[in-house]
Amino acid sequence: MATERATGPSRPMSPHLQIYRPQLTSVLSILHRATGVALTVGTLVLVWWLVAAAAGPGPFAAARGFIGSWFGLLILFGWTFALFFHLCNGIRHLFWDAGLGFELKTVYASGWAVVAASGGLTVLAWIVGLFARGS
Amino acid sequence: MAQLTLPANSKVGVGKTFPAPAGAKDVRAFKIYRWNAEDGQNPRVDTYEIDLADCGPMVLDALIKIKNEIDSTLTFRRSCREGICGSCSMNIDGTNTLACLKGIDEVKGDVKIYPLPHLPVVKDLVPDLTQPYAQYASVEPWLQTESLPPPDKERLQSVEERSKVDGLWECILCFCCSTSCPSYWWNGDRYLGPAILLQAYRWIADSRDEHTGERLDALEDPFRLYRCHTIMNCTKTCPKGLNPAKAIAEIKKLMIERR
Repeated sequence: MATERATGPSRPMSPHLQIYRPQLTSVLSILHRATGVALTVGTLVLVWWLVAAAAGPGPFAAARGFIGSWFGLLILFGWTFALFFHLCNGIRHLFWDAGLGFELKTVYASGWAVVAASGGLTVLAWIVGLFARGS
Repeated sequence: MAQLTLPANSKVGVGKTFPAPAGAKDVRAFKIYRWNAEDGQNPRVDTYEIDLADCGPMVLDALIKIKNEIDSTLTFRRSCREGICGSCSMNIDGTNTLACLKGIDEVKGDVKIYPLPHLPVVKDLVPDLTQPYAQYASVEPWLQTESLPPPDKERLQSVEERSKVDGLWECILCFCCSTSCPSYWWNGDRYLGPAILLQAYRWIADSRDEHTGERLDALEDPFRLYRCHTIMNCTKTCPKGLNPAKAIAEIKKLMIERR
């Protein structure tokens, strides 16, 4: 019994993700990584669209049909947000790399600014995009 | 590699409830993580109902009251009860802090208490800190010099030089920050974590220390230093109000500047 305890494989691991309170610091960090992955996947869709355009009117119509469907537009909307969020938070990271903006108050202010800016830019891009398509 | 869920032997079950005494005026439930190597069972959460009208103001006061009056088997570390020893670090209400500095009135609803996250548990709220201590030793946290000290006095610093270790020397090694860091959760075997990196920077920033180059060499590693992704949970949780993330950023800057 004593040796079993000393070697410790039977020791439980204390809870972590399960109990740690989500907060702006960690949520924006994981969102930065998630949007980075989303941008990579989105780039593959972009490549598909370009290849389809090069392949001729038939494939291009199929690609266009998917991207223009409500589901395609939803994905595109998410991709737009991912782009603006990753961009804005990336700028935040550049300041950190320069050793700036580490006070907790500044971290929270810049965090909320990134959320507002990326949300605002996404909506703005879509208003401009839909308006341009409509005219 | 990151394992997001708990291993089978670590899943937490529901434990016993110790109801408040009859006639209690201001009842608050404390839900506390329990594990005992000798009963051969999974961890559980026990509930202790406390009359706050008959309890000190801090979470540590409640823990001591439980141990003294309700359940003497409850195990936790504590010593100074004034935030200078770093013994009673634990996860309270979802964030890491010192039980002696956390007011019960700062918590809304049930007070949930767990050991510091993602560490092997010795018993109840006592985690095994062997690894962080070994990592602390690895940064050689003492003054290292080549030159001989003056024969008749200490190695002197200007006021400005001395001010560079402010915000660093105050660290009490409670490891609230390291165990709040997801990067340390997933890579704690190779990433040093915020507490140790702040300590490493404490010696790098010290004007009397002459081994800055060697210290930076030891940290120039994809894991030891660069697993910090500026998540900032460390600075958010530090019960002493220090800024480990800033200290790590200063080390990263020095790495680039010396190229």
